Amino acid sequence: MTTVPLLDIRDLTVEFATRRGRVRAIDRVSFTVAKGETVGVVGESGSGKSVTSYAVLRILDRAGRIVEGAIRFGGIAVHAATEAAMAELRGREVSMVFQNPRAALNPVRTIGRQIGDVLIEHALATPATAKAEAIAMLKAVRIAEPEARYHAYPFELSGGMCQRVVIAIALACRPQLLIADEPTTGLDVTTQKAVLDLMVELARERGMSTILITHDLGLAAAYCDRIVVMEKGVVVEDAGAIRLFTKPAHPYTRRLLQATPRSGASVRDLLPERRPPPPRPANGRPLLEVHDLVKEFPPRHGAPPFRAVDGISFTVHEGESVGLVGESGCGKSTTSAMIMRLLDPTSGSIRFAGEDIGAIPAARFARAPHRGKLQMVFQDPTDSLNPRWTAFRSIADPLFRLAGMRRSAARLRVEELAHQVGLPAELLDRFPHQLSGGQKARVGIARAIALDPKLLILDEPTAALDVSVQAVVLNLLVDLRAALGMSYLLISHDLNVVGLICDRVMVMRAGGIVEEGETEEVLRHPRAAYTRALLDAIPHPPAPPALQEPAAAVAAQPVAASA
Amino acid sequence: MDMPSPTAVPPPAAMPKDSFLRHFRYVVASNPVTAVAFALFLVIVGAAVFGPLLVPYDPLATNAARALQPPSWDHWFGTDQLGRDVFSRVVVATRLDLTISVAAVALSFVFGSMIGSLAGYYGGWTDRVVGRCLDTIMAFPLFVLAMGIVAAAGNTIENVIYATAIINLPFYARMARAEVNVRRHAGFVQAAKLSGNGDLRVLAVHIFPNALPPMMVQISLNMGWAILNAAGLSFIGLGVRPPTPEWGIMVAEGANFIVSGEWWLALFPGAALMLAVFTFNLLGDGLRDLVDPARRT
Repeated sequence: MTTVPLLDIRDLTVEFATRRGRVRAIDRVSFTVAKGETVGVVGESGSGKSVTSYAVLRILDRAGRIVEGAIRFGGIAVHAATEAAMAELRGREVSMVFQNPRAALNPVRTIGRQIGDVLIEHALATPATAKAEAIAMLKAVRIAEPEARYHAYPFELSGGMCQRVVIAIALACRPQLLIADEPTTGLDVTTQKAVLDLMVELARERGMSTILITHDLGLAAAYCDRIVVMEKGVVVEDAGAIRLFTKPAHPYTRRLLQATPRSGASVRDLLPERRPPPPRPANGRPLLEVHDLVKEFPPRHGAPPFRAVDGISFTVHEGESVGLVGESGCGKSTTSAMIMRLLDPTSGSIRFAGEDIGAIPAARFARAPHRGKLQMVFQDPTDSLNPRWTAFRSIADPLFRLAGMRRSAARLRVEELAHQVGLPAELLDRFPHQLSGGQKARVGIARAIALDPKLLILDEPTAALDVSVQAVVLNLLVDLRAALGMSYLLISHDLNVVGLICDRVMVMRAGGIVEEGETEEVLRHPRAAYTRALLDAIPHPPAPPALQEPAAAVAAQPVAASA
Repeated sequence: MDMPSPTAVPPPAAMPKDSFLRHFRYVVASNPVTAVAFALFLVIVGAAVFGPLLVPYDPLATNAARALQPPSWDHWFGTDQLGRDVFSRVVVATRLDLTISVAAVALSFVFGSMIGSLAGYYGGWTDRVVGRCLDTIMAFPLFVLAMGIVAAAGNTIENVIYATAIINLPFYARMARAEVNVRRHAGFVQAAKLSGNGDLRVLAVHIFPNALPPMMVQISLNMGWAILNAAGLSFIGLGVRPPTPEWGIMVAEGANFIVSGEWWLALFPGAALMLAVFTFNLLGDGLRDLVDPARRT
């Protein structure tokens, strides 16, 4: 491009003062954003993608400092600008959409007032005209009944609606550059698609440039013109979206592409090295039989009682891996809590290995004989480990409590488990905050399999992990299942992940199961309209070249850069 | 299997005891205020333990010939109306004041956090009943309650301790309730249940220790108040009685002499009181950093 870019970042280096001296968060990062261009910044956690965007807005926290390099925005030297000049720039020329829309909105002010505040702050509206302007913005982000919603508080809106309001606030002053930092992480896939479609469309309408920061390459490919890949604070590749997918130049980009789950790939394809496919255990007798399970929450504040789970029935056989898919609020977590006996069902039966465990109250199940055979891997590895306990103590807890082991015996067993899940033994004496996300996930898995469970519920086991770590953990789960003969019930919103490790899948919506069948069959030929909508909303990255072997039929996946 | 770790690899954890000492050193070194607070704290504890052995005069020995002497080399803080050495009395009083406040804080911490944790964990009716009871206690002024207890059960130091403990109980209970409540649905709590821990064990072993860091700050601030309360109560004649050296009484007795120009009688015990309260207030942040595992590396 020959014209002067809107944003020009040159050799940007940011350091943070920490307990162990100064740490370089980003090192000589350079890239540009042209007018009207959508640039994706992609990387795993710790790659410095958020720090880069914070530096552009000069909102680094106090420990962070730009030590080198230049940021130029439309002729203004941002790195040297005064705080007063930055205040004028932020919101007016460059604005930002954050990851958690609820945290970004003031909970005690109506959304319309919050939009008006920004306009008044930047002198684009007077208190008299602010209301009309705010309603116009709400209309622009396609919020139904904007006049009525003007008076709504953030807690009255869904996550997707809140993110639309945040976008409305960000776009209210017609900025030239919008920075979106993981804008749809934590939203459902269908909502994600709607929000991003809207954002890109508004940007195009207004000739605005956008920086989309994400960990999801597929997402970046679907919405960005150009992608900047970052690893450990360094830009490793900067290329057009299509080119990046068809001819990735840097080994890290290739690894990232390979680790991203996609349709048609097996769980082994995600790993850098080739490994034999896992043996698929034969299905045995029925292990878990759920019949007409109902959970009703009592009425609150005059609202009618809420049926979270509405009479579902299904069976999981020995050695089988079943997926339970649905969006937030569909009742999948309630279902898993009932099966895990952490929650009492309103009615229906849960039979485990022939015994009606649903009849044992959840409060007394902790010491029930089946407790050790029914275990769970939790969604957030950080949240699921006691912050005051070392990894050893977390893994050993079930051994002490349910197997009655002594310390020395438990130590041996924990070391064996750590070996099984690929956790180096020297990490066992660390606290959770001293472990990486993948290591914490392994601790959680080791604890869950400590008592040789027959059924393991995996509640979004990789949702909080980076893709490369996710690939390793998914393979670990597949191997463990084959080695230990467990059954899995995988709870997930991610159909790609379900496709990788499940034999059978059930799609859940509003407390009921709308579709059930062999995974292949459901993913390829969905019968229910809802399943089709879920599948359509997944952003499809083009297959990486490593897999473009004659039989791979990659042509089936067109590059969706213009979607 | 090798783990691709995207973040910086933390250094290996050392043996627990050694790492606690190193952590202590780090906390003290990184914050000069904490260092000062810990130093003052050591001085106060030293005075409480060794005070009676170190002071130059017997705190109870009267000497009419040397009554009401201003501060001098012989009597650093001067002498009172009975000729007793004020410095010796101030130092010796540390033990009693500290005992009262530590006992009161310990009682309210133990019972307050037990009640609060149960309310926060079980919620519902338990929570509502406990909450209203705590509100009732909070509505009582300390001095009225203390006078009531003393009138009913006798004017002893123990009763003053109980009164102070009851008054402070709601602060601990409320804090424990809030801290436990936000954690009761955390993943690690569910995982603990899956590991075969019953409700009470989950609460005591898993949730409560995680509520400790903010409680530590509360304890430290509360120690300051408790010292102030103990002195205040003895100022109005509850609990401690003359001639026992105690800061509150000394201020009360010395106050009569300020008008006639003998300022040192009230000033020095008052200053000791202020210093003790100040120290405990400063200590809070340092204590929290010490018990928070996430601050360790």
